[in-house]
Amino acid sequence: MKASENFLNILKKNTMLLALVVVVLLFQALVAIGGKGSMFTPTNITNLIGQNSYVVILATGMLLCILTGGNIDLSIGSVVALVGAVAGTLIVNMRVNIYLSIFICLLIGTAIGAWQGYWIAYRRIPAFIVTLAGMLMWRGVALIVLNGLTISPFPQSYLNYFTSFFPNVDDKAATLAISLLIGALACAAFIALQIVSRVQKLRKGYAVEGLIGFAARLALISAVTLASFFMLGSHNGIPVVLFLLAVIVLAYGYFTQNSVPGRHLYAVGGNEKAAALSGINTNKAIFFAYTNMAFLTAVAALVCVARFNSSAPTAGTNYEMDAIGACYIGGASAYGGTGTVGGAVIGAIFMGVLNNGMSILGIDANWQRAVKGAVLLAAVIFDVTSKQRKAALK
Amino acid sequence: MRDYGAVSYDYFLIGSFQRLAHASRPDFDGVICQMKNEEKPLLEMKSITKLFPGVKALDNVSLSVNKGEIHALVGENGAGKSTLMNVLSGIYPYGSYTGDIIFEGGVCKFSKIKDSESLGIVIIHQELALVPYMTIGENMFLGNERGSSMRINWDETYAKTELLLKIVGLQESPYIQIKDIGVGKQQLVEIAKAIAKKVKLLILDEPTASLNEMDSKKLLDLLLDFKRDGMTSILISHKLNEVSYVADKITVIRDGATIETLEKGVDDISESRIIKSMVGRELTDRFPKRERNIGEVSLSVENWNVSSPLQQNRKICDDVCINIRKGEVVGISGLMGSGRTELAMSIFGRSYGDNINGKLIINGKEVQLKNVKQAISSKLAYVTEDRKENGLILESTIRENTTLARMDKISRNYIIDKDLEIKVANEYKGKLNTKCSSVEQTVGNLSGGNQQKVLLSKWMFAEPEILILDEPTRGIDVGAKHEIYCIINDLVSEGSAVLMISSEMPEVLGMCDRVYVMNEGRIVGELSGEEATQEAIMACILKKDGKQNKEMCRV
Repeated sequence: MKASENFLNILKKNTMLLALVVVVLLFQALVAIGGKGSMFTPTNITNLIGQNSYVVILATGMLLCILTGGNIDLSIGSVVALVGAVAGTLIVNMRVNIYLSIFICLLIGTAIGAWQGYWIAYRRIPAFIVTLAGMLMWRGVALIVLNGLTISPFPQSYLNYFTSFFPNVDDKAATLAISLLIGALACAAFIALQIVSRVQKLRKGYAVEGLIGFAARLALISAVTLASFFMLGSHNGIPVVLFLLAVIVLAYGYFTQNSVPGRHLYAVGGNEKAAALSGINTNKAIFFAYTNMAFLTAVAALVCVARFNSSAPTAGTNYEMDAIGACYIGGASAYGGTGTVGGAVIGAIFMGVLNNGMSILGIDANWQRAVKGAVLLAAVIFDVTSKQRKAALK
Repeated sequence: MRDYGAVSYDYFLIGSFQRLAHASRPDFDGVICQMKNEEKPLLEMKSITKLFPGVKALDNVSLSVNKGEIHALVGENGAGKSTLMNVLSGIYPYGSYTGDIIFEGGVCKFSKIKDSESLGIVIIHQELALVPYMTIGENMFLGNERGSSMRINWDETYAKTELLLKIVGLQESPYIQIKDIGVGKQQLVEIAKAIAKKVKLLILDEPTASLNEMDSKKLLDLLLDFKRDGMTSILISHKLNEVSYVADKITVIRDGATIETLEKGVDDISESRIIKSMVGRELTDRFPKRERNIGEVSLSVENWNVSSPLQQNRKICDDVCINIRKGEVVGISGLMGSGRTELAMSIFGRSYGDNINGKLIINGKEVQLKNVKQAISSKLAYVTEDRKENGLILESTIRENTTLARMDKISRNYIIDKDLEIKVANEYKGKLNTKCSSVEQTVGNLSGGNQQKVLLSKWMFAEPEILILDEPTRGIDVGAKHEIYCIINDLVSEGSAVLMISSEMPEVLGMCDRVYVMNEGRIVGELSGEEATQEAIMACILKKDGKQNKEMCRV
C-alpha cells in the first residue's frame, strides 16, 4: 500500500521523464515493426548526442532567462550565426591561434549578452523586444562578417576539440574497455555522492527515502548509464562533446539548486516585488541571466561550427525555438519561478528523440515540424492541466 | 421563465431614487416595507454537503435568508464560508455537492456562474474583478454590454452608469479609469455593477478587508440603505464589529458545519459571543498582556520627506518625525492613503518614493539606508501589508520563503547549506505554530493566517531590532490574530522595537504603547496608550492642523 503510493508519487514527480521513456519505447516499436533496425544502435546513440548537444547547451541558458519571469531570449539563433562567423573568419581565414579565437568568440558572446541584459534589466525594456531586435541585428552583422558566403572547412586541430571521440585509438576492444571504465567511474562517483548525502542526512536526523527505493533508484540510473557507455564504446568511443555537456549541465544544475545567486533567479521570477523587498538585487539577477545566455550561446556556436565544419550565414536558424521548447517541455513555467536544468535537459532529449525517431522512420521533414509543434503544445497543456488538477484537490 | 426580475430591478431603482430624493419622507419608506414583507425565505440552502478528495469541506450545512435582511456569515479561515458561496453561485456546479438550493421557491441547479446571476444572485469577491485600464462605464456593463453585440451603445452605457453611480453614492465621472480611483471607490463600482445585473441577493465576500474605518462605515451604511429599499444581502466578514453593526442575522460556520444562527434583538450578538461560537471556546484575552519594559530610543526618524515617484511635486510624507523605543509597540493610525505604508517603505531602504530626505537615527547613530540590503543589515525589517503581492513567493516552499531575506545566514561562499535551511525552517514553523504538512509545502496552498506566519518567520529569521509591521492581521481569522499578537509580545519582550501600521482601531488600541496619527502625509497627533481612544484618534485626523507636527519634532 505504502510502497505503491510511493511509486505513484515518484511517477507524479517525474512525469516528463516518464513521457520520454514512453516516446523512446514507442519509436523503438515503430522502427522495429517497420523493419528499419533499432533506435538503440551504437551509431544512433552517438548521432543523438551529436545532433542535440547544442540544444542542451542553449536550453540550459534559456532556462535561467525563463526562470526570471517567463522571459525568453529570441536572439540566440542569430548570435550562433554571428559567433560562428567570427570563429570562421578568425580560425579559417585569418589563421589566428585556436585558443585565442575561442576566447575572442566567448568574449563577443558575453558582450552581446551584457548589451541586451543592460537594456532588459536596468532600463526595463521588455525582453521580448530587446531580443527580437537582437535577432534581426546579429543576423545582419553575421551576414556582413561573412559577406553572405559560407566559410569552410575548419582545421582538424579545431574539430578535434568538439567532434572527436575519446579514447582516440584504433583498437576496438580498448575503446570499449576505456568507455566502460569511464561509465563505471561516473556511476561510482554518483553512488558515492548519494550515499554520503544520505548518511549526512541520517546523522542530522532528517527524513530520507526508503532503503529499497534508494537502492532501486541508484541501480536503475547506474544500469542506464553503463548501458549507454557500452553503446558508445562499441561504436567510436565517447564523443568529446559529451564531457562538455556534462560539465555545463552539472555546473548549472548545482548553481541553480544550491547557490544563493541561483536561488535569487527563482525568487525574482516567483515574485519580483517580494524579492526586491527581501534585499535581493533583482536587476543584477536578470542582467546575469541574459549575459549568461549569450555566453552559453557562444559555446553552442563553437560546437555548431565544428559539427557542420563550416560557418554559414543561415546557421542557427530557429535554434531559439528548440531551446525554448525544450525548457517548456521540461516543465519550466511560462510565468517564471519554476523549472530545473534537469527538466530542460530532458526536454531537449525529448525533442531530439522525436527528430531522430521520425528521421529513421523516414517521415517527411515538413510533417516532422508539424508533429514537433503539436508535441510542444501537448506537453505544456499536460503540465498546466495536471497543475490545475493538483490545485483543485487542495 | 421568470420575468419579474426586471420589475424588481426597476422597482429597486425607483426605491433608491426616492430615497435619494426624499430621504426623510416616512410614508414612502412605509410603502417599501409593505412590499418586501414576505414571510417565505428568499433563499434556502438545505443540508449542503460538499466533498473534496479526502476532505469534507461542507457537512450538512443549512442557511436560510429572508427577503430584505442582511445576513452575516462568519467563521474562521477555512471554515467553509467561501465553499458555501461557491456552491451557491454555481462555481461548483449542481451534482458536485449534495443538498438543495431553493431560491424564490424554486429548486436551483446551477451549472455555471451565469445561471445564478441570471436569477439575480451576484457575488462580489474579495479580489475585485475590474479591469484597471477600462473606464468605470466600460467596467459597469462588461459582459453585459448595452446595445447589440455588433454595436455597443455607449451613450446608454454611460447614462446608465451615471444613474448607478448615483445610487451607490459615488461621485466620479463614469469616464474615469478604474486604476485612477481608490479601492474603496472600486468596491462601490462593483456594487453598482451588481445592481446593473438586476441583483436580488447580493453576496459580499470581505468587502471591507482593504478599506479603512471611514470607507468601511460608508459601505456598511450603503448596505443598510439598500436594505431599506428591499435588497437582500449576505455579508462575509472577519470584522465582527461591522457584523454586529449591520446584520439582522448571523450564521456561524465552523469546520464545515453550521453552528448556529443568531438573530438581532433575540440573541446576544456581541463580539465576544460571536467569537465564542466561531472558535468553540471563550477567547479571554483578545489582546494578550505583556510586561512593559521600555528602553532607549531605537529608531528615530526626523524631518522625513518623500515625494511621489509619479508626481514629483506631490509630497507623500511631509516632515514626519517619529521615534520608537526598545521594547515598545508604536502604532501608526490613519486613513487609507494617509502615507503610512509609503513612510514605512521609504524608511526601509528607500523601497518607495523619490526625493527622500531627512535623518534616520538608529541606536543614536545616523545611518544612510540606500537600499533594502543595507536596511536589513542595519537590523530593520518591514513586513508588508500585501503578503501575496509583495511578501511571499507563492509557488515556492515554506523553506525557501523563510530564508529569503537572509540567505547569507544559511550559506557559505554563496553555496546554500540545505540541511541547515530545513532545520531553520522547521524551527520557525514550530515557534510560530504554522500549520502545514511540512516545510516543503508550497506557500500558495496555505491559508491566509499561515501565510502571514511564514512571512513573519522570514523577517524574524532576519533578526531585526526594529520591526515594521504593516497590517499584520489583515484578512486572517480571530485565532490566528491572537497568535500573531502573542508573537509581537514575545518580540518586544526580547527587546525589539515594533512599529505597527493598522487600520483596525481595536488592534491599535489593544496592542500599542503609543500611537501616532497620520493624515495626508503628516503626523497629526501622538497619543500615549492611556490617551488613545477611537474618538481621540478620529479627532486628530479631522483636525487638519499642521502645527502639532512641528511641536513634536522637538521631543
